[in-house]
Amino acid sequence: MKKTIITVCSLFALLTTPVMAENLNVEEIANKANLAAYYAGNDGKATVNMTITDSQGRERTREFIILRKDIQDGGKQLFYVYFKKPSDVSKMVFMVHKNVTSDDDRWMYLPALDLVKRIAASDKRTSFVGSNFMYEDVSGRNLSEDTRELVGSNNTHYLIKNTPKKPDDVEFSSYTVQIDKKTFLPVKAVYLDKNGKEYRIVEATKVEDIDGIPTVIESKVTDLAARSHTVSKFSKVKYNIGLKENIFTERYLRRPPREARR
Amino acid sequence: MKKTALLALLALSALLASNAGSAVAEEGKSLTDRLYDDYGIEMLGFAETRWGARLVDDENEDTLSIGEARAQLELTRFFDSFTLQFKGDLLADAVTEELDADIRGLNVAFRPSDVLDVKIGRMVSTWGTGDLVFINDMFPKDWQSFFTGRDDEYLKQASNSLRIGFFLGEYTIDVVYTPRFQGSEFVSGERLSYFHPGAGQIVGQNMIMADDKPDEYFKDDETSVRLSKRFGGVETALYAYTGFWQEPEGMDAGTGKAVYPRLNVWGASARSPLLGGIGNIEIGYYDSFDDDDGLNPFVRPSEYRLLVGFERELAHELTGGFQYYLEAIDAYDNYEQTVAPGMEARDEYRQMLTMRLTKLMMQQTLTLSLFAYYSPTDNDGYIRPKFKYKITDNWQVDGGFNLFFGEDEHTFWGRFQDNTNAFVGVRYSF
Repeated sequence: MKKTIITVCSLFALLTTPVMAENLNVEEIANKANLAAYYAGNDGKATVNMTITDSQGRERTREFIILRKDIQDGGKQLFYVYFKKPSDVSKMVFMVHKNVTSDDDRWMYLPALDLVKRIAASDKRTSFVGSNFMYEDVSGRNLSEDTRELVGSNNTHYLIKNTPKKPDDVEFSSYTVQIDKKTFLPVKAVYLDKNGKEYRIVEATKVEDIDGIPTVIESKVTDLAARSHTVSKFSKVKYNIGLKENIFTERYLRRPPREARR
Repeated sequence: MKKTALLALLALSALLASNAGSAVAEEGKSLTDRLYDDYGIEMLGFAETRWGARLVDDENEDTLSIGEARAQLELTRFFDSFTLQFKGDLLADAVTEELDADIRGLNVAFRPSDVLDVKIGRMVSTWGTGDLVFINDMFPKDWQSFFTGRDDEYLKQASNSLRIGFFLGEYTIDVVYTPRFQGSEFVSGERLSYFHPGAGQIVGQNMIMADDKPDEYFKDDETSVRLSKRFGGVETALYAYTGFWQEPEGMDAGTGKAVYPRLNVWGASARSPLLGGIGNIEIGYYDSFDDDDGLNPFVRPSEYRLLVGFERELAHELTGGFQYYLEAIDAYDNYEQTVAPGMEARDEYRQMLTMRLTKLMMQQTLTLSLFAYYSPTDNDGYIRPKFKYKITDNWQVDGGFNLFFGEDEHTFWGRFQDNTNAFVGVRYSF
């Protein structure tokens, strides 16, 4: 019954948003996009298969299960990443408490040493597990880091240009994001380097409706400068599975919860 | 004899590597996947070979510092209400010319209630905030493995224990009970040389340290307890340990054997985000209560220990960690009286600095790291530069140096100065 209500509501939302959309300002669009991309449902899980291809065509793969719980929409979130492949990182756990007003808290659990390591979270513009995805692509870039400008709009998409407030902290000069007017999912982001040249593209290559929530099930990051790319496929996606907050604690680093294993 | 052993080892290395390779793809589905899909058993493991040589002449030790082929297999089966884990190593060792099996995990874990986690069997345990400096982590270690260039994993030894976690709201209490004392693997002269105070010089295979380990079940036992709580971003903990010194820090005057005096440890730690990095502080009191307030010449005296650390990203993909460590002998005046004439007394305060630099390159496939210990009071240290390159998801090569130095031969790091070595390893993971 509850699910029907949710589905009806999201359906209603889907039907109504395009109409209302035209009146939105750039901050409202960015907010909605942030919620659609990173805060769908109250919690969720997915199995992620990453394929990293380097400039010489050599492939590496990563497989992990990611659990997410929102404490507040647009605010604090908890992430639990359980690695399955490759085997030398299998069973390692990466945990993040994402904070909006302060630095994130990050932990890494190394099962071979039974070691819970706390990791400094200063630079979010580093590669996530050696892929072309960066930490910020995975957990979202804080909206307060950029200024925004609506540079275009057609029947289907908005185009927003984002300029960092602290350009010295990041490797790009600006990036432009295409946002789907119906789903508010960002579908393509193009990053310009310090010389204003395109060098990095993040795309949502496949979107599917899961539990009534438009969901990116395949995304791709291309590094034009390094001539490498990473494709992420998301499977077994589920929302609102009732993840408890205590899963995101040291107790469950040492003993992964059932939800993280399958 | 040695040559034969070496040849056998090389052959075994090759065999392990090729076997591991062929186990991967069979009709498109790996053995690992089939075990998981058909029986719910997670299988992991690796085969590796590792070689190293002494860079300093030591007449009492072999030039070969490490030479081995190793295979590790880990099997895990998750049942509804419990988990079984097995992890074991097979080792062909060219230094000792022995075949060895090492069970690193054989345990069952279950959750009898929402507030309770239990694990029984053989396991590795770690806690505390230090980076390669341990104050309240009294679980057995194997520095010998570390000093010869084995993977960091082998710094920690497994022990037969019962581990219980109580999760009471914001408080967590962990108890690790080991019914029979195990102790750390120490530098005994067999593989690595050390300074022998009695002999007044660096000794090795000519004078292997004989020890007498307490080994009675339930009498010679160890208990580690930790109470932890988070205050916002700050993780705090109190610790207690009752058992023995992990290395033979005493001597039996009658037999002349090295013994493990009784020890209690009390401590506390805090770890928190700080200045864009992670800061940590840890203290401990080592109550060596058989030391007669420092007057017993055959037992290491009680000590206060302090550690302050900070780690942060220094540049893109470059992390730096820095620690200050202090060891202060309790009742130093008493201790000084016990030092026999001609023997070197320890300083009242031993200070040590550590530095870790880690640089990731080539899409994080290449890791360059440096870990250095330096004691300004002893003027000695240990430096460990290392590289690790992941050729593919399965193949990895690593190597590095273990560089010991010291002004004197009797100090903590100075006593190992004839063990400076280089090592290289190749590993296939599956």
